[in-house]
Amino acid sequence: MSRLTVQMEDRAASATKNMIQEFQQRIVANPPGTCPVDMQLAFLKVCHAQSCGKCVPCRVGLGQLENLLEDVMNNRATMHTLELIEEAAKNIETSADCAIGFDAAHMVLLGVQGFRDDYISHIQNKRCIGSFEQPIPCIDRCPAHVDIPGYIALTEAEQYDDAVRLIRKDNPFPTACALICEHPCEEQCRRNIIDSAVNIRGIKRSAVDGADLENIPVPPKAESTGKRVAIVGGGPSGLTAAYFLQLMGHQCTVFEEKPKLGGMLRYGIPNYRFPRERLQEDIDYILKTGVEVKLNARIGKDISIAQLEQDYDATYIAIGAQTDKKFDIEGSDSNNVVSAVNLLRDVGLEKPIDFTGKRVCVIGGGNVAMDCARTAVRANAKTVSIVYRRQEKDMTASPVEIRGAIEEGVELYTLQAPLRVEADEKGDVVALWTQPQISGLYDRNGRPKSSKADKEPVRIPCDVILVAIGQDIESEHYEEHGIETKWNRIVTDEGGRILGKDGLFSGGDCVSGPATVIKAIAAGKVAAANIDEYLGFKHEISVDVDIPSPLMNDKLPSGRIHLTERDANERKCDFEGIENCMSHEEMKQETARCLRCDHYGCGTLRGGRELKW
Amino acid sequence: MVNATINGKAVCVEKGTTILKAATMAGIKIPTLCFLEEINEIGACRVCMVEIEGKDHLVAACNNVVEEGMVIYTNTTKVFAARRANVEFILSQHDYHCATCVRNQNCSLQDLASELNIIELPYEQEIERQPWDHSFPIIRDSGKCIKCMRCIQVCDKIQDMNVWDVVNTGKRTSVNTKENVPIRDADCAACGQCITHCPTGALRERNDTIQVMRAIRDPKKVVIVQIAPAVRAAWGESFGLSRDEATVGKMVAATRQIGFDYVFDTDFSADLTIMEEGNELFDRLSKRDAGAKFPMFTSCCPGWVRFMKSQYPEYTDHLSTAKSPQQMFGAVAKSYYAQVLDIDPADIFCVSVMPCTAKKYECDVPQVNDAGAGKDVDVALTTRELIRMMKSAQVNLETLEEQEFDQPIGLGTGAGVIFGATGGVMEAALRSAVYFATGKNPGADDFAIVRGSDGIREATVDIAGTKVKAAVASGLGNARKLMEQVRNGEVDYDFIEIMACPGGCAGGGGQPIHDGEELACERGQKLYDIDKNSQLRFSHENPAIVDIYDKFLEKPLSHKAHQLLHTRQADWEL
Repeated sequence: MSRLTVQMEDRAASATKNMIQEFQQRIVANPPGTCPVDMQLAFLKVCHAQSCGKCVPCRVGLGQLENLLEDVMNNRATMHTLELIEEAAKNIETSADCAIGFDAAHMVLLGVQGFRDDYISHIQNKRCIGSFEQPIPCIDRCPAHVDIPGYIALTEAEQYDDAVRLIRKDNPFPTACALICEHPCEEQCRRNIIDSAVNIRGIKRSAVDGADLENIPVPPKAESTGKRVAIVGGGPSGLTAAYFLQLMGHQCTVFEEKPKLGGMLRYGIPNYRFPRERLQEDIDYILKTGVEVKLNARIGKDISIAQLEQDYDATYIAIGAQTDKKFDIEGSDSNNVVSAVNLLRDVGLEKPIDFTGKRVCVIGGGNVAMDCARTAVRANAKTVSIVYRRQEKDMTASPVEIRGAIEEGVELYTLQAPLRVEADEKGDVVALWTQPQISGLYDRNGRPKSSKADKEPVRIPCDVILVAIGQDIESEHYEEHGIETKWNRIVTDEGGRILGKDGLFSGGDCVSGPATVIKAIAAGKVAAANIDEYLGFKHEISVDVDIPSPLMNDKLPSGRIHLTERDANERKCDFEGIENCMSHEEMKQETARCLRCDHYGCGTLRGGRELKW
Repeated sequence: MVNATINGKAVCVEKGTTILKAATMAGIKIPTLCFLEEINEIGACRVCMVEIEGKDHLVAACNNVVEEGMVIYTNTTKVFAARRANVEFILSQHDYHCATCVRNQNCSLQDLASELNIIELPYEQEIERQPWDHSFPIIRDSGKCIKCMRCIQVCDKIQDMNVWDVVNTGKRTSVNTKENVPIRDADCAACGQCITHCPTGALRERNDTIQVMRAIRDPKKVVIVQIAPAVRAAWGESFGLSRDEATVGKMVAATRQIGFDYVFDTDFSADLTIMEEGNELFDRLSKRDAGAKFPMFTSCCPGWVRFMKSQYPEYTDHLSTAKSPQQMFGAVAKSYYAQVLDIDPADIFCVSVMPCTAKKYECDVPQVNDAGAGKDVDVALTTRELIRMMKSAQVNLETLEEQEFDQPIGLGTGAGVIFGATGGVMEAALRSAVYFATGKNPGADDFAIVRGSDGIREATVDIAGTKVKAAVASGLGNARKLMEQVRNGEVDYDFIEIMACPGGCAGGGGQPIHDGEELACERGQKLYDIDKNSQLRFSHENPAIVDIYDKFLEKPLSHKAHQLLHTRQADWEL
């Protein structure tokens, strides 16, 4: 017998580890539509299995909680059961010895509070809340509910034009979304259960790159209704609403304050991420439906919202979040402190940007901060650093963007909160002072808060400061018109209707606050449907595309194809597009990874394909 | 076309053909359970699994298509094992008290278990028990439901009523009424199509045979039975008789053997319905300018009446006020026939045999009883219940001599017989309407134009110079389509016949069940054949009808006729 032994992983331990790994992936891909109470019960059983059994609250209490939850699920519970669940969970939470016990009880409490209605439905109505809807995960997660398995199958079959036509049934920005969508569709992709999510955006890129975009005809338009709709804002939300309303036979006029259409797609996202000629593909197609456009027309200056209300049968306000959040620290009014919104707007306006020889400091941790940093690199800055008050993993920017920035030589200063701007006698920036932070307790969104660390302030020498700490909405004109706002956001109901203002609708960033392009598109789609109904119609949007039958692929674990980018050293010298499309071989492999949840699983019964809306 | 092999046999099928279909065409059997062609192709039971060469995972044959070069095996050990396991799993949650099951010997699961030689189960039984309102004509036994989802699909896709739904998720996934509402509140038309498409005994009609046997045993009761037209087209199926062997005479004799005192033909009261409804139509047409309601709808199908009352209540007063043949028969039996027999109508126990489950509802409607002796029709049985009673009476059909219906209310015409097929009521009514208008008979087949198997059909016919625009629909999904057109003013019909079941009563929810087969057309054809060979093909020429008007009812739409033979469906309780 050895006095000490080296710990070796035995087969059971390694199998358990694999099992847990697989379980984690399964949880990631939790199908939408499952019963939260049932899930809670299942989780609770896992927690209980993890208990060492030493202490009473965990060993016995969790078991009793399970029994009570079983009672709820098996129609044996009363409202008293629910009280008892809360009571017991609270006592376990406060008295269990270790995290295995108290966190399990905490989770139950969160559930009882978070989905109390589901508990009550089981207790009182003996069933899950709502009807049996088990939607296809990707379609459900996509705010515009694009038929993803459908266009993946069409792409696989190399019917690229049909794939694009199918996408346009729900989203007239296939190219934009192929290049820059944040792809929430991939979050709960069932493929995660086997290996990892299908690269849905990448496949869409193959579809739009393969399609003969210029020659895809505009879908047949409904007979003209004689109704006129004003669209305020020529960004993705406004243009989406205009596109669908045109197809429904209503004449739309888009009012855009800038010289070109596209909104944040043009004036917020730099060319290297979304080349302008690609943006034009989507815009040109939308305009083919006969949308009227008035450029350089600002509502509140050139024409008032009251006038629009008078002149049009309905109005959709989609003005986005076009201004910057105020950056107010000592010295922030110094020369060369520039807001991200202004910088990216100038890029969009094709003004030359030159940071040759400059040291650029970017403040913020979102995608806009990355855009600014990488734009600065391309504007020939000497050094570019990103200053962020939390940790890298807490950044809201997508990991791909962060990695791309680092590859291009951007340096990250994390856990540094901007303290003040130091300027020289001319008022030009010479440095940013930051206060080092310590990562602390989690906030309500589950991100650790940062607070002042017991360290000395740091001086970061720089010549330019780009401030990317968020965008705001210019809603004063609308407030003056009596439209309700909250934190400058326009308040609407879930159908995009502005309450108390008949015929006025709003959506996109100006309602949700700065969000993603696909959310803006979805809001435009919702508005189009509800404006159509408001005008007294019920036009249907559909497309005559046959979806290929699924191929019988063995669902063996296989690597996800990631889109490659141009070499960092090369790409950082220009503003050209950086992302490469999949090869034909890669596209074939990646499309074959789609599990076709429209066919396999519940999709053949309920929650499957919607042919029209 | 795509080429593949199944069990080594080369097949060449059209692109898009399922493996199941390709195998069937090649004469290779793949067992199925949840599958129902074009209605339920969801691969839920996993019984039709097959192995594809080079693929690790088995695939469902019912909803996956043959691909070029595919090498398919339906008989590997892997397939056998998985198929058997899945049937064992299903049985572990199925209450297999087969001896007392209504579907004993006519159950797809029972057949499958037997075929797969499953005589013991390795798993513990877990039977789901949900409460049910056993007073409703349709009974659901959750313990026998195998969650094949067919009832949901039939109710959604064919009937467009959405009564059934999947409730809950995970292991508690089950089938029930949408949102678990009590079946009486579910707007169920009680058509029974879910029953005839259920592979097991999870859905059945309310069993009313016990009540009938009790009456038969009661010496004070005179138990009379009427048999609906469509029953004669289907009853023999359950005895393995061909349509030619299953004669009306044998049906009458077998029914009498159960112990009924008198066996009558609903055909008689179908003729009576035509007299009243045909005259009502004629009357309405003549009052068109005075605001008579058009279109006029037939009212003999209680599934349709229930549909109308719950889905389009504003049109209920467009229904013909003529009662259905079942109810006219009951009203006449407990009035006119009691006089003929010179007995107290209260001693009559009036039974009907219908191809229908909704008829159980209809005879229970309090507002429909007009003869003044309790319920006009005491009990409505389905064709299936009649067959079960015949079987329990140990009827030997081989030696049974044919017998005639009793008289005088057992005489019917070919026009009454075709009530059992979609379009039949319309056709019979038109035959007599021409006579009412002109005093002359048209050719008996002049209105054959309204026959057919399309779900919605229309025709414009000439009645004494008046153009009558008619439409016929069967199946409630089609009824809804037609009603939407009517409501939106897209169509302009005078007279519309609607039957709740696809193909009309021949395909009724009370008819014998043959899993996977739709026999409405074939049975309907039998009815048209009977009509064709009938001496009498016009309702108004039925001597028993002439007689009852002479002796009792005076004339169509008379005060007496109104009292006994008409109703206001708007007043019916649902």
